[in-house]
Amino acid sequence: MQPETRKFELVCPAGSLPALKTAVDNGADCVYMGFRDDTNARNFTGLNFDLNNAREGVRYAHAKGKKALLALNTYPQTSGWQRWTSAIDNAAELGMDAVILADPGLMQYAAKTHPQLRLHLSVQGSATNYEAINFYHEHFGIQRAVVPRVLALAQVEQLMSKTQVEIELFGFGGLCVMVEGRCALSSYATGDSPNTCGVCSPPKAVRWQETPNGLESRLNGILIDRYGKDENTGYPTLCKGRFDVAGETYYAIEEPTSLNTLELLPELMRMGVAAIKIEGRQRSPAYVAQVTKVWREAIDACRRNREQFAVKPAWMNELGKVSEGQQQTLGAYYRPWK
Amino acid sequence: MKLSLGPLLYYWDSERVNAFYDAIAQSPVDIVYLGETVCSRRHLLRLDDWLEVARKLSDAGKEVVLSTQTLIESESDLKTLRKITANPNFRVEANDMGAVRLLANRVPFVAGPTLNIYNPQTLQLLAGMGATRWVMPVEMSAAALADMQQSRPDGMETEVFAYGRLPLAFSARCFTARHHNLQKDDCQFRCLDYENGLTLKTREGQPFLTLNGIQTQSARVYNLLGDFEELRASGVDVVRVSPQAYHSERILHLFRETLEQRLPPGLALSQMEKLMPERPCNGYWHGKPGLDFIPQPALAKSA
Repeated sequence: MQPETRKFELVCPAGSLPALKTAVDNGADCVYMGFRDDTNARNFTGLNFDLNNAREGVRYAHAKGKKALLALNTYPQTSGWQRWTSAIDNAAELGMDAVILADPGLMQYAAKTHPQLRLHLSVQGSATNYEAINFYHEHFGIQRAVVPRVLALAQVEQLMSKTQVEIELFGFGGLCVMVEGRCALSSYATGDSPNTCGVCSPPKAVRWQETPNGLESRLNGILIDRYGKDENTGYPTLCKGRFDVAGETYYAIEEPTSLNTLELLPELMRMGVAAIKIEGRQRSPAYVAQVTKVWREAIDACRRNREQFAVKPAWMNELGKVSEGQQQTLGAYYRPWK
Repeated sequence: MKLSLGPLLYYWDSERVNAFYDAIAQSPVDIVYLGETVCSRRHLLRLDDWLEVARKLSDAGKEVVLSTQTLIESESDLKTLRKITANPNFRVEANDMGAVRLLANRVPFVAGPTLNIYNPQTLQLLAGMGATRWVMPVEMSAAALADMQQSRPDGMETEVFAYGRLPLAFSARCFTARHHNLQKDDCQFRCLDYENGLTLKTREGQPFLTLNGIQTQSARVYNLLGDFEELRASGVDVVRVSPQAYHSERILHLFRETLEQRLPPGLALSQMEKLMPERPCNGYWHGKPGLDFIPQPALAKSA
């Protein structure tokens, strides 16, 4: 059983050194980051850390009493095993507080080579039940699992009662409607997927085109959406486009929307969730500042008085401004969403 | 090389399922994977019914493997999983690490396509836990497979998904229910209406994906028949055909003929064209976007 008095860490995204510092300055307990290659699931040009930046980032976080976590959450491909093991070695050498892994082979390497290094199971590991989580705990000693954004809250609580592994949940940001680690839609359309290349619907495959029918967004030539004059446009993540199913055109898989679980905070704390994760390493330092600040305030308010906790409209406003399509949802935590 | 039939991914009524497998018992397939792998709400066949089908196929000389559900969320999902992994008669295909935990170091098992085995180290690890066959992730290329084969553990068989609409993604959400404006918990079992899934097209009419409950498949049919020589050369032990509403036996037959070199792959592929619910693709095998179709130059001429 998880004691409900345990820490409740705010884990914030750091796609760059400025974003990392912003997160720390605005109240993150932990920042998570990736190296500048396909070893992490936000493998975008201009994003992420080289060794020097990473060293400075870890130093900055530690100097303020915060933790730095390294996301190594893609699956090593046959041609580059050493790139992933070097990343583990570097994480240990840099004094990272934990590495976030998805691949069992890599976990085995980390556990054997750096037994002192703390391991977290990435959401890309697709562990949606306690048998799976306990598998990773028994074999590799993982101490925390980030759970895919597919479970209802009651299911999370049930799972937590059957494992000693800490549970981290997504609280805010871009919403994967698929089980993370089990989605190859992006590689089907473009050749690159989160599992193999650390990208979903990669920017290099995106084309925007003004046509007589409206503004069109395409991914490797495939029409993802078409916008009327007054419609807000969005990044063509392929599961968030409008498609035709049996003659009806609609968001057949998911609307462009962000996950926002602010109102669930008292419940998440009561359950003994160890940490809440903010998505968005690909977003700007301004996004990180805004979201971190709101969540810090909300968590502190909830800690002070869980019974009386109420979501402030100002918080929702701030978060609304940075949400995809200006829309927010409780996602699968709220069962009828399914 | 052996020929397998993957688990039935669609939801058909029990009469149809039984008739389907009666026919499969007479078909030229070596291995049959059985069970509900997509959605726990699909209940027309319970585990005991699947075990009955398993016995019939086993009596007909087929190797039967029970496949576990891919997305396991609830305690009742786990209850079913435990019954499957504890069954004394049939080997199990593990499609989630929860299943691996229940099978590891106890009985030999098949490591299914959603376990995300992308490198030799992970394959070695699973071999050490008792995996005796692994199914390559659908998005893996021939080049990556060749690397995997070079350091394949002793006694490990390699299986490749070689025919059918590709199972690409799994979700908490049911897209078939969503199409009908129904909640998943009250889906009214609409999957029963779509024997080959529900096609999702782009707004310019290009068939793109297939909605199959909580699973999203490709619209195009992955077909490696044209790449058969390369499959053979790569030392693949088992090729998998995924069931579809019609012509599955005929497709198995064409694979068998090709496998035994009684029919050139190009000819088999052209005979298969009218048996597929949609155009073929094989991009993944060639290291390209999955939906691409790359004809073999030699076959393109002869076909």
